[in-house]
Order: sequence, then C-alpha cells, then structure tokens
Amino acid sequence: MVVNREIDEGSLIARLHDGDESAFVVLVDRYHHAMIRVARGFVRDEATAEDVVQESWLGVLNGLAAFEGRSSLKSWIFAIVINRAKTRATREGRSTPFSSLVSLETSGREAAVAPDRFLDATAKWPGHWAQPPVAGGDDPEARLLRSETMAQLRRIVDDLPPAQRTVITLRDIAGQDAESICNALGVSETNMRVLLHRARSKVRGRLERYLADTEEAARS
Amino acid sequence: MDCIELVELITDYLEGTLPHHDRERFNAHLSECPYCVIYVDQMRATLGALGAIPAESISDAAKQTLLHAFREWKRG
Ligand SMILES: [Zn+2]
Repeated sequence: MVVNREIDEGSLIARLHDGDESAFVVLVDRYHHAMIRVARGFVRDEATAEDVVQESWLGVLNGLAAFEGRSSLKSWIFAIVINRAKTRATREGRSTPFSSLVSLETSGREAAVAPDRFLDATAKWPGHWAQPPVAGGDDPEARLLRSETMAQLRRIVDDLPPAQRTVITLRDIAGQDAESICNALGVSETNMRVLLHRARSKVRGRLERYLADTEEAARS
Repeated sequence: MDCIELVELITDYLEGTLPHHDRERFNAHLSECPYCVIYVDQMRATLGALGAIPAESISDAAKQTLLHAFREWKRG
C-alpha cells in the first residue's frame, strides 16, 4: 500500500461515520508517517511531531461530522496536521518559524546539478553536459522499486532541509495538488515551487549517486 | 536553451507552470539532446519512486492509542 494511491474517499467517509474501525485503520496506515514527516518541519523533535499527529487524528475524528468535502479528505487531514503543528511550534516558542525556514531555504542560488558537470565557457558547447547522466540498465524502474532503494529514498527525504522535506512530502509522497499545499502552508506558489525544485533536484542527485555506488559495489 | 538551464526549469516544466515560449524551447532542446532526455526520465522515475514509497508501519503502541481514541469517539 502506498501513500498517494487514490482511494475512494466517499465510501471511506461513509464507513467512518458508521463507526467502522477498519476504515480508520486504512487512513492511519496510509497517512500516519507522512503526517509525522510534515509535522517535523514545524516542531523541535520527532517525539513532539508524533504527539502532534496523535492529536491531529483526534481532530480528524471530531471534525468529521462537520467535514463538507470542499477539499479532499487527504488535503483536509494534512491541513489539520499543519495547523496543529504550527500552533504547537508557537506555543513552544520554537526559534525558527516555518516562514523563516522558507526564506532561508529559498534564498541565494542553488544549482540543481553540480556546475562542474557542465562544460565551461571555453568549451565549444558551453553549458552542455560534460558528465551527463547515465541511463539505468535493463530495468531501471524495477531497480528503483526494490526495498533497499525505497529505504534509501526515505533516508534521502528525511535528510532534506525541513521546509523542502515538508513540501516534497506533501506534493510527491502524499500526492497533494500545489494549490492546497500553498494554502495549508501559507507560502506563495513561487516559493513552494522553489522548495519543490530544490528538494526534487537533491533527491534525484543523491539517488543517482546511491545507484551508481551500489552498482559499482555489485561489480567489484 | 542549454543543458544547465534545462535542469533548472524542469520542475516548472513537469508541474505545467512553464510559460509557453519556454516550454517550446525546452521541448526543442530535448529533441536534440539525448542526455537531457535521460535527465528528464530520471526525474520522472524519481517522482514515480517517491509516489511509490510504501506506507510505513506504525508502532503498535501508537496504533493502540489511536484505536482507543476511535472507540471513545464512536461511543460519543
Ligand atoms: Zn541538454
């Protein structure tokens, strides 16, 4: 089961209203960890993030009767987490509010790919690849989906700067649309895309290095 | 467009927010640069893998707390 496969939210909501425990378990299994990753961008440590998520689930249950389906259930759940995490962060007087993380992580220039992988101005084709990416072997998709690669991918995401990790978790792991992410986080579309771009570029680069290293280790 | 510019525009390209003119330049570059085609493929594969991250199992203790809360909620 993956986090962002579309589920039939309508029937799930109906089952929740009926008090069907298995419907609740489906939601928890699917979103709990992604919620912790998101909360982690706001609060000081993992334990607090887990606490915020526990509290958010209660908020979900208590708000369910009033949930009108104007957004998707998923967007609504993540908006609750983000709100509670923000409140908690304020109460704790956390030194860096999310908006400061956003300014910090969108500032300056950051190359998607190390500049030395491109030809310099003295070359015949400046700005073109000097060390191009290499196409994966026979079945690159299967390689990516192996459980070791998945575990590595999770570590790579966890190591991203917090605002970037929050955005990539919401957009690419949980599969939310850009607009609900901007609304829930209170960031502009431009900043959201800069964070997403920096996060995705890092993840691709680190995955590329990991796959090259494991390939080399397998050959030697 | 050169490769070093393309790798910076890829997110706007994939998110569908690249202005029309840049989109055409992007596609024109892809039509003559096999390396950037690989780059775009890798990025798409990365996004596919992120979307395929399996939901992680939740600790028994955390799950029990939530189930308890659910039963309480159900009782109203
Ligand atoms: Zn190129």
